[in-house]
Amino acid sequence: MPRFTWPSLFTAFMYAFMYFPIIVLGVYSFNDSRYNASWEGFSLRWYRALFSDRRLLSALQDSLTIATVAVAIAAVLGTLMAIGLARYRFRGKSLYRGVSYLPLIVPDIAIAVATLVFLASLAVPLSLSTIIAAHIVFCLAYIAVVVSSRLQRLDPNLEEAALDLGATPAQAMIKVLIPQLAPGIVAGCLLAFVLSMDDLLISSFTAGGGANPLPIEIFSRVRTGVRPDINALSVVLILGSALLAGLAEYVRYRGDRTQQAP
Amino acid sequence: MAPTPAPPLAPWTARFAPRRWVGPSLLLAPAGVWLLLLLVLPTLLILEISLVPGLRLGQPSGGYGLGNYLQILQPVYLRVIGRSLAFAVGSTVLCLGLGFPVAYWLALMSPRRWRNLLLVAFILPLWTSSLLRAYAWTTILRPSGVLNTLLTAVGLPSQNWLNTPMAVFIGLTYSFLPYMVLILYASLEKLDTRLLEAAADLGATPRQSFWKITVPQILPGIAAGCLLVFISALGDFVVPTLLGGASSMNISRLIYNQFLGPTRAWGFGSALSMVLILAVSLAIALLLRYGDRSTIKEA
Repeated sequence: MPRFTWPSLFTAFMYAFMYFPIIVLGVYSFNDSRYNASWEGFSLRWYRALFSDRRLLSALQDSLTIATVAVAIAAVLGTLMAIGLARYRFRGKSLYRGVSYLPLIVPDIAIAVATLVFLASLAVPLSLSTIIAAHIVFCLAYIAVVVSSRLQRLDPNLEEAALDLGATPAQAMIKVLIPQLAPGIVAGCLLAFVLSMDDLLISSFTAGGGANPLPIEIFSRVRTGVRPDINALSVVLILGSALLAGLAEYVRYRGDRTQQAP
Repeated sequence: MAPTPAPPLAPWTARFAPRRWVGPSLLLAPAGVWLLLLLVLPTLLILEISLVPGLRLGQPSGGYGLGNYLQILQPVYLRVIGRSLAFAVGSTVLCLGLGFPVAYWLALMSPRRWRNLLLVAFILPLWTSSLLRAYAWTTILRPSGVLNTLLTAVGLPSQNWLNTPMAVFIGLTYSFLPYMVLILYASLEKLDTRLLEAAADLGATPRQSFWKITVPQILPGIAAGCLLVFISALGDFVVPTLLGGASSMNISRLIYNQFLGPTRAWGFGSALSMVLILAVSLAIALLLRYGDRSTIKEA
């Protein structure tokens, strides 16, 4: 049984620190007050306001479109890249690998700026598709990292066996390797999806007037003052991402278990 | 059977395709082309335009020069860079101080059955929108916010922390603490506890064995955690903007203003961006030199 030592008390305090802001948003989203300074009774009015706000709903739709398309393309590119990096040795491999890690390391603002300057120099009109193209860059990097870590723990014998039994390399990849990698791919996609839904800077620089994804809409509202309907929106989004996080952990957990089974 | 010994890595790849380059290019080229087009070339392009002094959107560019970089040396911009570094260093120290006991408890003292679940629970807030988490802190730190409601309720004087550097430190620490805990946990989990027992048998006090055995073993993990938080905090935009107010301009906000603000000074903005990339690369170089790479990979 855990004893109440000072590290355990301190840790409990830090858990409270991590969840305090989230709980505050949750509580205030049900507060009837317009300025949410004090508690003025339970109300669902901010949720009603939220679901009748066309601008916000269209921003949500833009974000969902961007995240879905970007993650779908990045899943293919990122998985192929992870397999390629794990299976082959070639000249310039460490350079290739280094470039593939860049989106995880370089600050968002630098990526955003570079993408904008590049698109402007080619006179590409900014739109939903330019945001998607930019999101694919970081989505594929995150998916590749998650897939790589699973790839390292896979048993290569299954693929060997498939090839020995007469499968072509493509068949071995699609029927043997990819199903084994599936939990890693799904977990990577969920992570990339959440990051795409959360991205403010890269979207701001590549949106132009052509699209208005959710983080841009939230940012402009939050900056202009206190908006109680944002509390309600937070709760909806936090529940959504908690669901995705739970799903990702579950997939990872199941994936590890099936792997350990003989 | 080939007479030469097979390469140790993936021996079947020789059979993968009739021509050896077909497989690798099919797998690696699509992502490679994408990264080249939308990451490498654009970065080289901002390096180029950072060398064109006074470049603004839509104006014909002059010759090359270091004017944009010299502009950064003006006191007003050096202060911005100094402030960015102070935010990053301060929040890194806070994350280490607050995160270490948590990681230590999770890795060595928490009930084993619940360990994974407890770790996931600590990381979970990372999955929610960073924008909304920063916004939540504005609700807490506002003069009429939750914090002051609580403080005045227990008879303490109310504080005005929103739009001060204090709020930025709180916001950055809150945002990146899970990273620190995750990396320190990975490091502490691998700690060889037999050494601690041996030390205790040989008469070391807990304090001695902590400083002489635990800390040296996890030093690479501490370095990795600190540099990850430092890099993230240095380039952060959302927290300084929402919590720091006008007086907390940092390098990320300054770059944002050069590009999307009224001046459209793209050349100067690109130079600032290159300085930020340089600072991050320096931190990475330090990490590769002194840090434990494996903890980064696992995280």
